[in-house]
Amino acid sequence: MFRPLPDSSEGPTVTVFVEGQPVEAYVGETAASVLLRHLGTARTTSISESPRAPFCMMGCCFDCLAEIDGKGSTQSCLEPVRDGMTIARQMSARKVVAR
Amino acid sequence: MAQPDHIVIGAGTVGVSLAYGLQKRGQSVCVVDGGASDFRAARANFGLVWVQGKGGNLPAYARWTAESAALWPRFRDALEQCSGIGLDYQKPGGLVFSLSEQALIDRRAVLEEIGGGALPEGVEMLDRDALQARLPDAPLGPEVAGASYGASDGHVNPLKLLAALQQGFLELGGEILWDWPVQTLRTTDDGYELTGPDGETLRAPNVIVAAGLATPGIVAPLGVDLPLRPQRGQLLVTERMAPMLPMPCSGLRQTADGTVMIGTTHEDVGLDTGTTQASGTMVAERALRILPALSGARIVRQWSGLRVLSPDGGPLYTQPEAYPGLWTVSCHSGVTLAAIHAERLAEQILAGALTGDTRHFSKDRFHVPTLA
Amino acid sequence: MIFDTAIIGAGPAGMQAACDLRARELSVIVLDEQPAPGGQIWRGVERNCQPGSELAQRLGAEYRQGAGVARSFRACGADYRPLSRVWQIEETGPDATEQCWQVFVIREGQAEVVEARRVLLAIGAQERPVPFPGWTHPGVMTVGAAQIMLKSGGLLPEGPVWICGAGPLPLLYAHQLRKLGGQIAGFLDTAPRDTVRRGLPHLSGALRDWKSLAKGLAWQAGLRAAGLRRETGVRQLRAEGKDRLERIRWETPEGEKTAPAGVLLIHEGLVPSVHPTLSLQCEHTWSDAQQSLRPVLDAWGETTRRGLFVAGDAAGIDGARAALAKGTLAAVGIARSLDVLSEAKAKQARAAGDRALSKARATRPLLDTLYPAPEGKISDDVIVCRCEELTAGQIRAAAGRGSADPNRVKSETRAGMGPCQGRQCGYTVARLIAEAHDMPRAEVGFHNIRPPLKPVSVGELASLGKAKA
Repeated sequence: MFRPLPDSSEGPTVTVFVEGQPVEAYVGETAASVLLRHLGTARTTSISESPRAPFCMMGCCFDCLAEIDGKGSTQSCLEPVRDGMTIARQMSARKVVAR
Repeated sequence: MAQPDHIVIGAGTVGVSLAYGLQKRGQSVCVVDGGASDFRAARANFGLVWVQGKGGNLPAYARWTAESAALWPRFRDALEQCSGIGLDYQKPGGLVFSLSEQALIDRRAVLEEIGGGALPEGVEMLDRDALQARLPDAPLGPEVAGASYGASDGHVNPLKLLAALQQGFLELGGEILWDWPVQTLRTTDDGYELTGPDGETLRAPNVIVAAGLATPGIVAPLGVDLPLRPQRGQLLVTERMAPMLPMPCSGLRQTADGTVMIGTTHEDVGLDTGTTQASGTMVAERALRILPALSGARIVRQWSGLRVLSPDGGPLYTQPEAYPGLWTVSCHSGVTLAAIHAERLAEQILAGALTGDTRHFSKDRFHVPTLA
Repeated sequence: MIFDTAIIGAGPAGMQAACDLRARELSVIVLDEQPAPGGQIWRGVERNCQPGSELAQRLGAEYRQGAGVARSFRACGADYRPLSRVWQIEETGPDATEQCWQVFVIREGQAEVVEARRVLLAIGAQERPVPFPGWTHPGVMTVGAAQIMLKSGGLLPEGPVWICGAGPLPLLYAHQLRKLGGQIAGFLDTAPRDTVRRGLPHLSGALRDWKSLAKGLAWQAGLRAAGLRRETGVRQLRAEGKDRLERIRWETPEGEKTAPAGVLLIHEGLVPSVHPTLSLQCEHTWSDAQQSLRPVLDAWGETTRRGLFVAGDAAGIDGARAALAKGTLAAVGIARSLDVLSEAKAKQARAAGDRALSKARATRPLLDTLYPAPEGKISDDVIVCRCEELTAGQIRAAAGRGSADPNRVKSETRAGMGPCQGRQCGYTVARLIAEAHDMPRAEVGFHNIRPPLKPVSVGELASLGKAKA
């Protein structure tokens, strides 16, 4: 859905893990942006389980809720990438309690 | 509009339960509702249909509550059918947690006193292991010593209950006037007259004032003095989550939507429906002592409501001697009592007098001097 | 410590107010959700305005102006806390001897309380949500979101990219994209076709800022010269596909059209961010011209709650230059209310600020007329509340069966009860209520906004008790 500008690829990068896979991310972009580039979605809804992707990228739609560094329901558009960050989609209703 | 048999003041859970019950019994009823800024306890409710522990100081209240809980399943069936709105009502029993061995012993003592020396029917005490076995998806915090379990307890979506009562009442031919705050209530030769916005008037032989905390102010000019006070409760609700709590608990329940409601405070702050971080923190801390795994759950909303309390916490039903056909009905437990309000209380109001247990719910029990 | 002022938001208004308050030697803390100063309009301005950056050139002179403001802000001595999410604001009780506000913040997973004598909300705006069939599909996002991808990560959309909507932002973004070598399949203009005629009465006023007008015309001319496909009078947009956007469909007066699509970027103007002021029960007023609420402010930017100020687009959509002027004015008002500025000096400073603001607003009436909020019928099957997945039909049904009270409709449908707290559905629900009760939109109001303003976890909320104990 999105590709980097030619001079972005020369900028600084970090490695993040998208659902376990190491991925290069541009310093300055957010976890939501990484999700859009690599998976195209951030979550499925807790009611109809339909796929959703980041929509507003500025913290007011909550469609980018994802699991960032193990924390569920995190607004991924408000999380700048950090080296080693783990990013995963949030599928359906959250399970807060580990069995 | 033809003059109705009854006017009910207040389209909250209490008022519309009665209106629905009366309309079902062939009466013509008109409900008038207040403004958007009214306190509206019906929209702030926790949603318990709750029996255990109620009526320690008022045995009639314990019986009245138990009877209403028993009526609830049938009441639900009829209301859902009539309104087309599902209530999310369930009766899996309910839990009250104890956070120490001593608290568990004290809890048993309170319940045994209500039961006249033994645990009331349907109530059992669970130790920690037995409790954990009933909550397999909700690991208990280390302090939890056990809980009391009441088989008669259940829960419902209180917002759907309110919508269904209003819709059901309308389906039965009732009428609701929205945005019709009552300015004055006065007697006429053959009943009562209400003045609403813009000087509009309504008349009926019978008037039921079920306006929550506004009730005393409506009847005060007639010399009727009602001892009601507000008590603020603040609640939290989380995002939707996968099922973890199979039954409602005091102060903690997972709704049919998956959200977890966390309550609640008891604050004497007058008519203030604000919320405070301090209270939010307090109820969050308590919830985590019971279920530490809730720590990561996101709170999406904190709100408060004002309970409508009589001095002993019981219902207050009054037909002042000087005003036949004029009733005031207020209580804190409008959801639990919705079923019995729509049935027994509606019948008694139709018959013109309180009988049986409800005689204990008149304001005379507080020995408040009245002019009536 | 108790700060003289807590500023929420580090966009143009917040940065300017911080600089001005610091110049008067007041202590200032600035809380902002983003990792770096600039707000959305100047997002990533420090990152992108490195010497020789092509991106900075392509983003334009107004964007580059932000670099200077950010530099002054960094140097002004305000306690700047990026990545801080404000979830609640409270005023201390009436028994306190001096007025104080508590601002509750989550920062790096920790809950904190910030105390200040005055609070300035410089929280900007959001794009107006306008539901249409398929707007929840992955592949559909706002123009603003795509521009944020560009500013913060240097990212361009690909696949057949469509832009649909109206207003200066889609034009600017299309212009930027073209300059950077991005591909656009087409531009679907939703402004009414008679929009230019309707704008004429406002043209002479707007000419006071002829430079901005010339720029807008140049963007349009550039897009035409580049041979960009442009459709006007577009209505009834639909995004279609299984699990994600695959094609779009729209109508013009000439008929229905369809095209394959990989990315659909939409924009129908901006609305002020009013959730904090609504939750604090400040008075608000309805703007017919901008079809949105805004807090009622006095001449100093103070809300109807003493000690609480608003500046920038959160006070009404006027753009970045006006936001700077509003930031200056609010700083004057705050200094005055803290008694560090005499009434005479305050009035003098205000007059200068008012002049700057008036000039910066010159094109606004024209823009509001050229790009009105869409009023097309929302069909019953369209999702309105994205969080609770409620359709227009469900909300219409609830709106029609009782009073016109938005809180009643919220409680019966759950519209506005999800994590976004009605930021996406609130105005549409109110519009459907107005429609059902045949009443003016201004009279419907908005549902109650409750804390937390941003979701806070049970653990984070509880941690504040332990911190105190």
